[in-house]
Amino acid sequence: MKPADRVERVPPSGIRRFFELAEEKEDIISLGVGEPDFSAPWAAREAAITSLEQGKTSYTANRGRRELREAIADDARERYGLDYDPDEEVLVTAGASEGLDLACRALVDPGDTVAVAQPTYVSYVPAVTFAGGEVCAVPTRPKDEFKLTYERLERAGAADADALMYCYPNNPTGATMTGDELAEVAEFAREHDLFVLSDEIYAELTYEHEHTSIATLPGMRERTVVFNGFSKAYAMTGMRLGYALGPPEAVTAMNRIHQYTMLSAPTTAQYAAIEALESCDGAVAEMRREYDRRRNFVLSRFDELGVDCFPAGGAFYAFPEVPGGDAEAFAEGLLEEEGVAAVPGGVFGEGGAGHLRVSYATGLGELKEALARIESFLD
Amino acid sequence: MSSHSDVLGILRTDARTSVEDIARQTGLEEDDVEEVVAELEASGVVRGYRAVVDWKRVEDEPVRAAVELNVTLDRETSYNEVAERVAKFPKVESLHLVSGDYDLLMEVEGESMSEVSSFISEKVAPVPEITQTVTHYVMDTYKDEGIEFGDGEDDDRLSVSP
Repeated sequence: MKPADRVERVPPSGIRRFFELAEEKEDIISLGVGEPDFSAPWAAREAAITSLEQGKTSYTANRGRRELREAIADDARERYGLDYDPDEEVLVTAGASEGLDLACRALVDPGDTVAVAQPTYVSYVPAVTFAGGEVCAVPTRPKDEFKLTYERLERAGAADADALMYCYPNNPTGATMTGDELAEVAEFAREHDLFVLSDEIYAELTYEHEHTSIATLPGMRERTVVFNGFSKAYAMTGMRLGYALGPPEAVTAMNRIHQYTMLSAPTTAQYAAIEALESCDGAVAEMRREYDRRRNFVLSRFDELGVDCFPAGGAFYAFPEVPGGDAEAFAEGLLEEEGVAAVPGGVFGEGGAGHLRVSYATGLGELKEALARIESFLD
Repeated sequence: MSSHSDVLGILRTDARTSVEDIARQTGLEEDDVEEVVAELEASGVVRGYRAVVDWKRVEDEPVRAAVELNVTLDRETSYNEVAERVAKFPKVESLHLVSGDYDLLMEVEGESMSEVSSFISEKVAPVPEITQTVTHYVMDTYKDEGIEFGDGEDDDRLSVSP
């Protein structure tokens, strides 16, 4: 039996190739890592350990433990003034990635089109393809600070799409969008009847302005599923815990798949997540401060090296332009000659070519050394 | 004030961070960083810069002890006066007034246990206001000045990830 056509249509991840190249080398400094270098806050880990000691190792409700869904709903209310019913409008998933996959499979019919803002997280296009949908790429450009605009959406043909999927703060560019800027996107979505899949996993790592969720804008709550999770803000990537917030019919449809596939998100992680939401704001703030320092450091060093680097306002990525424009060759040369791994922006889709994704989820000491090696490579 | 706390935060993490790097991390100009550091030093907020040493890795590991001191005051003597007198001994590494079962917590460093014991019995205990000393020798150190002394965890994240 051969793999299904829709699976064969999806090429292997461009990141995978760099991962393999990097694995072959010793003593590399990796700026290619899309996950925090911190451990989860101790209180969250302690809650996970305690739950194990108490033998809490069974499945939970399909939608997630009610206590966690309530804590998530409370958090959304406090942070954004958004009211979600924990019983009908909150779904706890195995990472935000599962949520995005569920949303595509639950809401996209074969032949439907999803507009995907690019460059962006590598899983979006495959998720749409696996669901049988078509992708309409909406490239964002450095001159627009990698933001979505009404005009960009229009020009890319997103008016004919059924849904729009994006991620702000953005992986890989670090671009953020203010409430006013999102209002344009919301207007477009309302005018053209687009459902919005808004990945806000990096919301807590917004440095220069308050994060705005598009669901807070007029007429958007009922046409938006918001994705978030504990991987980035709480450094809990391996716990695999995320959540989706949205109108009841969307979340119920997603849960219908979730209950037959994942059944429920990892129980131990759910106990950790409750504690994280209740008591770990301080740890999140401390990590954000540290990332901000590193961000300033990296931007300043690229400036000194004469390399144009997009001044990211969120996440933990810098997105410099590669001298000469061939980011693939640059990244391979940098890895080969200097032992520094960074991911060429083209693997994140249209608009990313000519850039490198440089993660600063790495200690300052290593960042300093890596930037010194980049300087030497440029010479 | 936030520039002061930002700079202080960086110096607390690594006092050897260069002015250039502090400027890069905080977004301040280098001249401003130098000014802030000078102010922190002049105002006595920053009292000094020292290395945090893992003594187990040093050949001539000193003997260290935490010593509880109980003090009885009279009308002419304050805690400050007793503390100032004790703090002048070079072997005293730190001295804190604390709440609880004893009054002062003193950290002492010497070349041998007998040297530390002699110092406490011959120099500290005879101070008239000090009524009791309890000495705890340091057997091992797991964390000092906020720095953990394990061998460090390897970064086992995937070297490239989404």
